Amino acid sequence: MAYKSRSDDLFFRVGTGVLAFLIIAVVAGIFFELWRVSALSRHAFGWRFWLTDVWDPVSGNFGARPFIWGTLYSSLLALVISTPIALGIAIYISELSPARFQLPLVFVTELLAAIPSIVYGLWAMFVLVPWVRQLELATPDWLRATPFFSGPPFGIGMGAAALILSVMVIPFSSSVAREVLKAVPQSQREGAYALGATRWEAIRMALFYGRTGIVGAVMLGLGRALGETMAVTMVIGNTPLVSLSLYKQQYTMSAVLANEFAEAITPLHINSLVEIGLVLFVITLIINVISRAFIWSLGRQATSKSRAAAPEPVPEAA
Amino acid sequence: MRERWRKALSASIVWLCLLAVLLALVPLALVLFYVVEQGISSLNWAFFTHMPVPHGETGGGMANAIVGSLMVTGIGAIGAIPIGIVAGVYAAEYRGTWLASSTRFAADTLNGVPSIVIGVFAYGIVVLPFHRYSAFAGAFAIGVMMLPLVMRTTEELLLLVPSTLREGALALGATRARAVFTVVVPSALPGIMTGVLLAVARVAGETAPLLFTALNNNFFNTDPRQPISTLTVQVYTYAISPYEDLHRQAWAGALVLVAIVLTCSLMARVATARLERMQRGG
Repeated sequence: MAYKSRSDDLFFRVGTGVLAFLIIAVVAGIFFELWRVSALSRHAFGWRFWLTDVWDPVSGNFGARPFIWGTLYSSLLALVISTPIALGIAIYISELSPARFQLPLVFVTELLAAIPSIVYGLWAMFVLVPWVRQLELATPDWLRATPFFSGPPFGIGMGAAALILSVMVIPFSSSVAREVLKAVPQSQREGAYALGATRWEAIRMALFYGRTGIVGAVMLGLGRALGETMAVTMVIGNTPLVSLSLYKQQYTMSAVLANEFAEAITPLHINSLVEIGLVLFVITLIINVISRAFIWSLGRQATSKSRAAAPEPVPEAA
Repeated sequence: MRERWRKALSASIVWLCLLAVLLALVPLALVLFYVVEQGISSLNWAFFTHMPVPHGETGGGMANAIVGSLMVTGIGAIGAIPIGIVAGVYAAEYRGTWLASSTRFAADTLNGVPSIVIGVFAYGIVVLPFHRYSAFAGAFAIGVMMLPLVMRTTEELLLLVPSTLREGALALGATRARAVFTVVVPSALPGIMTGVLLAVARVAGETAPLLFTALNNNFFNTDPRQPISTLTVQVYTYAISPYEDLHRQAWAGALVLVAIVLTCSLMARVATARLERMQRGG
């Protein structure tokens, strides 16, 4: 009898374990597959691939510098816009809002994350871009003399892409930041209030306590922004160019994949595109791992410290 | 003086946070408004029942794309849901083991992989060996995206099941497999279904992984070995085309997509609320 139940347990464990292992295999498989299919391009260009600007499928010369620039620059700009807003939302929902508004607000920010990328792209293309063009036409000359606002006012370009990206990133960073603030022990805030702190000073204490988690939340948003494809492809202009200007049309790694992959014929062209995918995969992987490590370390710190500091709360008689 | 400054700063930060909430609501409201306003005027019965007409002509619909989206998402879900649930069972049952932690880590990683990269992966695994774009390739990409979502929901919900249920089953002599699959999983099933619904809603709106896997198709196709048209890819192709009438249809497609996503989110929210009430009551 004992033998039977043991073998049964083993069967269950192996059977479910194989499928659990499958998920690990998929992640490893993505890396090896992208590595394998990018072999031609890796051998032909080496590191030069990331340092040159030529992208010429006809002559078979490929350099990805403008794409990696566009991806990093658009994501960075999106973070600059979205981070204060995302933190503001997280603080408002977890620290300030009346309890009955909390759930509806959470639901609404989740909705922002649920709208498909293609819908954001469609809206950005036909509604946001004309507005951005109006803004660009109204730019004073002294501002246009700076490298950040030079170039013709197309509407389509880096600025529009950064704006729509920031809208799409906000729900991700704000929901993680909200979780982080929830993990900060109440005693931190009470301590601050007891010392005569104002509301903001108490919130600042909570933010400082959760700083690693907050950094993690922002980085998780960065990971989303780096890989975002459709909305960016539709408004960034798809022109390989390394420029600081928000008005210039540029290109990103994900956008070049979306535009050229289905039409690539020569093996070298396909391999070069896959190499871009490989690097995009590795970058987002690293960003995600670091951000999760930050968030995770906060969770541990919060539980271990609050246990050490305060004895088990005595449940009050209801 | 200093006291007043501190209070003023605190008050202004409170207002800034409220402003941030409003700033995030503005784009949401604008997107929903334009999608409904532009979409509703273009949405008609023909959109669901007719085939696309040649570019430049007016009229026609997205019947083939709607069927294609259902097929690609359906095949992907059929593949991913059982695997995700069983993997989630392992992660919850053997919590703390090396494999369970690694699986959880891999799922979170997979969840953060850009969808376009998953498309490239599907291209390498399915399109290259068979030398053709196909609905299967698109479904593979969609399935890979669903895996971590289903697995994590299952795991989290199984951990919420009171251990007394399992202990009861084991005390009656059930094997572990039997206790898990006939007692523990069924009691968490409504929650798992809700999570699966949300996962389907999320991947149904994906475009990037389908661009070079399922590709597109101007004709009606139900053969999963052939390229197939999907709603999202069709909205994209129409949006970047120069024809007014196609833009109109793109808005209609966007409205259908948003309606699907909103309905699923609302259903999930209602189901979650009911579950919470039940748990509190019980």
